[in-house]
Amino acid sequence: MKHTTISPKLIFNLKIDDMNNGTELSVQPTYYEEVERKGYSRRDFVKFVSMMTAFIGLEQSAMGQVAKALESKPRMPVIWMHFQECTCCSESFIRSSHPIVADILLDKISLDYTETLMAASGTQAEAALKNTMTKYKGQYILCVEGSVPVGADGVYCMIGGKTSLQILHEVADGAAAIIAWGSCASNGCVQSAKPNPTGATPIHKLIKDKPIIKVPGCPPIGEVMAGVIVYYLTFGRIPELDRIGRPKAFYNKRVHDTCYRRPFYDAGLFVETFDDENAKKGYCLYKVGCKGPSTYNACGVTKWNGGTSFPIQAGHPCIGCSEENFWDNGGFYERGSSFAGFGIESSADTIGEVALGVTVGALAIHAVATNIGKSKLIHQHEAEGNESEHELE
Amino acid sequence: MSKRIVVDPITRIEGHLRIEADIENGKIKDAYSSGTMVRLLEEILRGRDPKDAWAFVGRVCGVCTSIHSLTSVRCVEDALDITIPPNAELVRNIMFCSQYMHDHVVHFYHLHAMDWVDVVNALKADPKKTSELAQSISSWPKSSVGYFSDIQTRIKKFVASGQLGIFSNGYWGHPAYKLPAEVNLIGLAHYLEALEWQKEIVKVHAIFGGKNPHPNYLVGGMACAINLDDVSVINDERLAYVGQLLKDGKDFINQVYIPDLMAIASFYKDWGAIGGGLGNYMVYGDLPTNGYRDLSSYKFPGGAILNKDISKIYDVDLKKDDEVQEFITHSWYEYEEGNDKGLHPWKGESKVKYSGPKPPFEHLETDKKYSYLKTPRWKGNAMEVGPLARVLVGYARGREDFKEIVDKTLKDLNVPVAALFSTLGRTAARGLESVLTAQWGLEFYDQLIANIKNGDTRMAEMSKFDPATWPKSAFGVGHTEAPRGALAHWINIQDQKIANYQLVVPTTWNASPRDNKGQMSAYESSLIGTPVADENQPLEILRTIHSFDPCMACSVHLYDEKGKTISRVSVLGD
Repeated sequence: MKHTTISPKLIFNLKIDDMNNGTELSVQPTYYEEVERKGYSRRDFVKFVSMMTAFIGLEQSAMGQVAKALESKPRMPVIWMHFQECTCCSESFIRSSHPIVADILLDKISLDYTETLMAASGTQAEAALKNTMTKYKGQYILCVEGSVPVGADGVYCMIGGKTSLQILHEVADGAAAIIAWGSCASNGCVQSAKPNPTGATPIHKLIKDKPIIKVPGCPPIGEVMAGVIVYYLTFGRIPELDRIGRPKAFYNKRVHDTCYRRPFYDAGLFVETFDDENAKKGYCLYKVGCKGPSTYNACGVTKWNGGTSFPIQAGHPCIGCSEENFWDNGGFYERGSSFAGFGIESSADTIGEVALGVTVGALAIHAVATNIGKSKLIHQHEAEGNESEHELE
Repeated sequence: MSKRIVVDPITRIEGHLRIEADIENGKIKDAYSSGTMVRLLEEILRGRDPKDAWAFVGRVCGVCTSIHSLTSVRCVEDALDITIPPNAELVRNIMFCSQYMHDHVVHFYHLHAMDWVDVVNALKADPKKTSELAQSISSWPKSSVGYFSDIQTRIKKFVASGQLGIFSNGYWGHPAYKLPAEVNLIGLAHYLEALEWQKEIVKVHAIFGGKNPHPNYLVGGMACAINLDDVSVINDERLAYVGQLLKDGKDFINQVYIPDLMAIASFYKDWGAIGGGLGNYMVYGDLPTNGYRDLSSYKFPGGAILNKDISKIYDVDLKKDDEVQEFITHSWYEYEEGNDKGLHPWKGESKVKYSGPKPPFEHLETDKKYSYLKTPRWKGNAMEVGPLARVLVGYARGREDFKEIVDKTLKDLNVPVAALFSTLGRTAARGLESVLTAQWGLEFYDQLIANIKNGDTRMAEMSKFDPATWPKSAFGVGHTEAPRGALAHWINIQDQKIANYQLVVPTTWNASPRDNKGQMSAYESSLIGTPVADENQPLEILRTIHSFDPCMACSVHLYDEKGKTISRVSVLGD
């Protein structure tokens, strides 16, 4: 992979142990204590750890380390700001599927400010925010959901009489690290689509002196969000990021490469129009606009809503919602680029950098020339499957 | 002398809402509602492919996710005269019902409950009595003494840790909290239970739409092809999964949500006389049983009620120039023909112009312009939209399923019909329509299975998907009932591209500022007369505002900062 890793020196270096010097945090229970208190068994806990270990891309041998970290480390204060957004990221976060994820992560990280869920409003909400900003200066994680409009001096988003631009700078100042949730905070998303009338701006363009983890997607997958937080809590540093600041664990593979319909692509078997015979056979959606070949995300592996499905499995092309400017990369039903010389033999890296929207021809040539045999094979297998069923009858 | 208080941010809602209220002698004398965030999505849509619009406007809101996408595909299908296959209608209806079940439960427990349930007081509850109480109101199995005792122990430790997280700085101990400790404990236990549950019911969206939030839709039908003989598309296993989710969801609503709602409501009957507001209600209607164009076939009938008079129902026509109009007298916009004119969405013209105080500020200039929300009116009337409007219109239209459930609820609570016109009525109506949609969802599911059994697996009508088949010019309206109320989109397609796209959204109806005649909209109107026991802890304001379930991202969606006029459209002959 060509992705360069951010230098460890740049990586947030807060040690959780350091936080124990603070009097407040030292009295806090560990994750395992919390889990136990919540009524979950040791077995549930181990199951959770094992799942999260897998999610954050570690070998099972690291499971002990994860478990130990969760058992012994205290709670991390988190401030979660909402700017120009639709709250789909918060919604996705609470969809995180393992029983203890929604439960533990929601309050175990000590979510001290979140407009979506917090009990307090108005001055009491502001007071809670100030309290955490002061008490845990330099220690809290700032999660940002939404972009920040910089047009007209920032008046397109105001909270408590201040602009989101003012608030972002104030809150980021004391943050140990920032998580930019979703495509809004990572790359501006829909409101920054042309002509970007409010000057919607992603966080990394406004805050330069803090480590920022981008977790793009509209929204990101709930388990991915949980995974990012768990990594951080486990190791006391941000996960390894790719060259544009996304956690490698979830964004180093293209949807296309992890798609269960990939064999049909390789065999040149495509849905020609929605609900046609090929759609009913689950063939590849590339010709009806699938952006899987140019989209880096975990949808094909982690899937959505507790592994229930993902867009392609439900018959709709990937719209590329975790990619920068996906709103302006051509229509959602327009066939993507030719991926010159693209085939199973091609390097994924080369392909990922080919911009969408060039030509189409080469794909068909590739498919026909290289894989016509495979197409026959698939038809043959399908026929055999049917026959064997008939035989059973 | 009245005193101005400000509540900003209003939390436990979607988006950015600010309320300023004047309090005199312990009651609200005047109130102002302001939306303080704008994204200008309509401007972004111009010039794009109408088939893509559902994805853009879907991102208007991730809480009432799916509902703008549904409205958008209907809007384009209306413009292009596309009739979708019955299965696609059923799948959309099933997704609609599961959206209601999810959204209303999350609203009740996670956004609204803490206005009524005192979390800290729950620590004083006797788990044994709590268990007895729970078992007396519901057959839900998780109701043992041990269950409640465990939860109480957990929360005790949580509170003792000193870091209250999302419960920090709540109004705990406020005199307006009236529930016995045992009911508070049930509410708290089910807050946690519902958090677990909510991620299940949305799997229906994942199965048909690929993901939630923001499932995928398709102009012409749905993309989820059916083939019972293939493992990779919608097959028997997927359908059985949907059936199970709908059934489990219905159980939760009937055995947890509704008993809790009724138990809590019985201690707050005084809120059956508070927060009524306008008394005008409007519904566009939804859940077609004979195709979207047959309005009479809707499970949620449409109509308007004026001045609480449920003996008269008016029809609403979204295409008529003089029915739905938007005003900007108190909104941060300018109209070419002046500040006080109302415009039908097809004639929409606007430029945003912030003219409020320079931030940071203490107060808005509420005598001038004070919100990014425009002010929609129906025939000049301010209208409330949402669950209460739907239940009232269904009831007033004499629909049996509505009459049965409304009459039973009024009888159980021992309150008159007039109690519906209130904060409590709004909150109760949301529960009642959750029961209805949970039931209807299963009915639609059975019909889908019956269709497939009869050999009909069609899911999309694709003959007009290619823009080459479209007329040069086309106009459409798509409507739905979002969980928060009547929602419609208007589109003008010229040369296969979007020339104009307008949304008039439920929270815009409810949360908008005053109109050209100075009439208040629903939020402001409903706050007048509300008692406020402690002006530093405006719990009562939250109760009424939350009873509407605000969704601010939806309500603000706009045009062009440079002040270009959105292309004028001639209104279709209606």
